[in-house]
Amino acid sequence: MNWEVIIPLLVFLVIIFFIGVWSSRKGAQVSDENFLKDYFLGGRELGGFVLAMTMVATYGSASSFLGGPGTAYTMGFGWVLLAMSQVVTGYFVLMVLGKKFAIMARRYDALTLVDFLKARYNSAPVVILSAGAIIIFLFSAMAAQWIGGARLVESLTGLSYHTALLIFAVSVLVYVTIGGFRAVAVTDAVQGAVMVVGTLVLLTGVIIAGGGVTNIINDLVSENPNLVTPFGADGNLGKAYVSSFWILVGVGVVGLPQIAVRSMSYKNSTSMHRALIIGTVVTGVIMLNMHLIGIFARPILPGIDVGDKVIPLISMEVLPAWLAGIVLAAPMAAIMSTVDSLLILVSSTVVKDVYLNYIKPDASIKTIKRASFGVTAVLGIIVYILALDPPDLLIFLNLFAFGGLEAAFIWPIVLGLYWKYANKYGAIASMIVGIGSYIAIHFYNQANGNLFGVHTVTLPVLLSFVAFIIFSLIMKQEAYDYERIRKGEIA
Amino acid sequence: MDNRDKTDWRFKVANREALIGCGLALLNFAWWFGFAYGMGSRPVEEYSYILGMPDWFFYSCVIGFILITALVAFVVKVFFKDVPFEEEEELQ
Repeated sequence: MNWEVIIPLLVFLVIIFFIGVWSSRKGAQVSDENFLKDYFLGGRELGGFVLAMTMVATYGSASSFLGGPGTAYTMGFGWVLLAMSQVVTGYFVLMVLGKKFAIMARRYDALTLVDFLKARYNSAPVVILSAGAIIIFLFSAMAAQWIGGARLVESLTGLSYHTALLIFAVSVLVYVTIGGFRAVAVTDAVQGAVMVVGTLVLLTGVIIAGGGVTNIINDLVSENPNLVTPFGADGNLGKAYVSSFWILVGVGVVGLPQIAVRSMSYKNSTSMHRALIIGTVVTGVIMLNMHLIGIFARPILPGIDVGDKVIPLISMEVLPAWLAGIVLAAPMAAIMSTVDSLLILVSSTVVKDVYLNYIKPDASIKTIKRASFGVTAVLGIIVYILALDPPDLLIFLNLFAFGGLEAAFIWPIVLGLYWKYANKYGAIASMIVGIGSYIAIHFYNQANGNLFGVHTVTLPVLLSFVAFIIFSLIMKQEAYDYERIRKGEIA
Repeated sequence: MDNRDKTDWRFKVANREALIGCGLALLNFAWWFGFAYGMGSRPVEEYSYILGMPDWFFYSCVIGFILITALVAFVVKVFFKDVPFEEEEELQ
């Protein structure tokens, strides 16, 4: 085993663990009636820096830290171009949901995205559809990240997959269960900072090892000139396809529940303003660095055939072992911060949206507390058991998690906020059409190549928009009065 | 979108800022797309290199990122308004 790499990783885990304990102490000070708001939303008191970092960290998952750079390694600058479409998330989500979402969430007293939809549309099918979609898709997404985390620990430390999974699971479970959303957000901030510093150090190391940027680019051009074009190593990365990622990983992110819930967690508009700027800078720096590392690694370490291994291998190659250990805490941090956010979100959906809505609306504070801790822990344990030997269904569902949720939620959220004629019929139609067409087009694209040359997510987002408008207008044309609803007056 | 007098003034602020967000995203996309495919479609032999990077990439992604960050900072400082989120009658 490689102790020089393991020790910095262990130190990182210990720090994260203590943040969890600290957050739970802070949570213990809040009064009983505010327990849910504190546990699932951090008491709506996130400041600008923590808000920006938790958004970025939640969003930057295993795919941007291992898969993305790995693909850049194979495809060249075209993939870095594609990855840079994510900078828009840094400001777009907070600007678009923005103050209206913050105000309405408080007015409705909403703690979860489902709470918001429930209050806005006042419809049981909307609640059931949205809670179902969140539980099924995000549960699978979480399990997939969990597997990625364990594989990373495995490849870094030489431990077996099962031991690695256990270490990973225990560390995440402890701080999420005891610390709730605040622990998740604060650890996300630390993890985000680790990602920024880690990618800067590694990029510098890679450029030095490659003999400067000019040298690296010359090597790339002499190997295959296509690597420095926007069209990919084989020249088949089309304009339309790359541009459609502006929907999948750019503006469509507005529809992701784990991101949307953060947009109701901040303290005041000053926090939001600060988060807009910090979030844009941090997203851009991380994405640019990470993917440049991927492509610059190619001349230094040619012939890596598994994309996910590019970052671990290049770190160990160009940095001293102890520094590689610190840098490799970055992808670890990315995975942990995504998993923890999904875990708390799925748990809040089960406790708040299903249990309190339909099973036991009059549960006592004590029962709610026990249920919140219990459900979080139990969900974590189920994911752990599934990840030991992942069933095919899980892998399959994960394919839809990102784009499917975007297609389902983007319009019920955005139009619900800004369009007064939006109603439950539109929302239900939009969710069904979004998920349904996503699955159908996924299969079509697998069999026949991408329809219209764009990513699967594009058409379902358009179709769910059309469905929303048509069904809202046909079924019932009645303007919604955003003013009528005052706090505590929700049907 | 709603001009009745009783419309919460904060919603007007919110609507305007959401539209600014959409505008910035469109501008961001146009810049990114224009330089990437405008300059990047030339044959590789004609590329020039800035700080070692291909020119289309430098303008599209590096300058584009710096520019949009500056714009976001500018817009937030100049056009974004501070509003209270709690209802006025029940300020704590």
